Amino acid sequence: MGLEAYVVVATVLFGLGVACLITRRNVIYVLMGIEMILNSANINFVAFNRFNGDGMDGRMFAIFVIILAAAEAAVALGIVLNVFQLFGTVKPSDVDLLRE
Amino acid sequence: MDVRKQQLTFYTLLLVATLAALAWGTRTAGTQGAAFALFASFTLGGGLMCIWERSVVRSAFSLMATFCGVAGLFVLLGHDYLAMAQILIYVGGILVLILFGVMLTPPDLKERQLPRVGLGVVLVLGTLLAVGAKVAATVEWARADTLPQIESRADYIGAAFLRAEDGYLVPFELAAVLLTVALVAAVYIARRKPSDLVDPAEEGGY
Repeated sequence: MGLEAYVVVATVLFGLGVACLITRRNVIYVLMGIEMILNSANINFVAFNRFNGDGMDGRMFAIFVIILAAAEAAVALGIVLNVFQLFGTVKPSDVDLLRE
Repeated sequence: MDVRKQQLTFYTLLLVATLAALAWGTRTAGTQGAAFALFASFTLGGGLMCIWERSVVRSAFSLMATFCGVAGLFVLLGHDYLAMAQILIYVGGILVLILFGVMLTPPDLKERQLPRVGLGVVLVLGTLLAVGAKVAATVEWARADTLPQIESRADYIGAAFLRAEDGYLVPFELAAVLLTVALVAAVYIARRKPSDLVDPAEEGGY
């Protein structure tokens, strides 16, 4: 398959991730949407690396993206736990302490 | 329509779309096209299921299909090491973290707001596809004439990480420091006792 097929798959996956971010009202879904977006970026990096000559930059970027995703998931989970303890909710729109 | 019928319709449509993609892939590029269609359907079907399902646990497990599909796409692109890392880290690590998050927070089993979900998906996908079609029609991607041989062995990648000149030594060390800081911070944040988190309202204001 050519480069375009991978780019199309990555684009649609990115759209699904954004849709997951904006349509669901739960922090866990926000995390899942972010993971989908990062995965679509990874597909693009690796596909362009494959079809664009013999460099290995794209592959390395993909590895760094995976590292960052792991760190982000761990920190985000800690934040979610604390937010739930403090506010008793996991809806992003309910965390509005500064409005009072 | 009741929930059961909705589920049945959704999964039938998903199955039909997968079969259509498989047939299309086989017709255009043979076995490789079929494999690509299978992994692409895994990836996109998992994402769709994640948005569709009401239960957070089902959504989290449907992400497993997405991650495995992306790993399959990496294999098709000739990057076995990345595929292995993807499965190890995403399926084995991040998915488990998300499931922990699901278990430690309450479920949200309200009725699914179909118009909201449908409108969001249609809006986002429509915009993206319009822009993507424009880009695909106008941009000439720079590309190599012949596909190069890919060195995807782990020792090759490790050597590239540790080479100082023409390598990735500084980003590698930065990533190591970042991971250490982030994981220690995550453990510290998550392990604080509730008594440390005094509600400011009970303290008599700010």
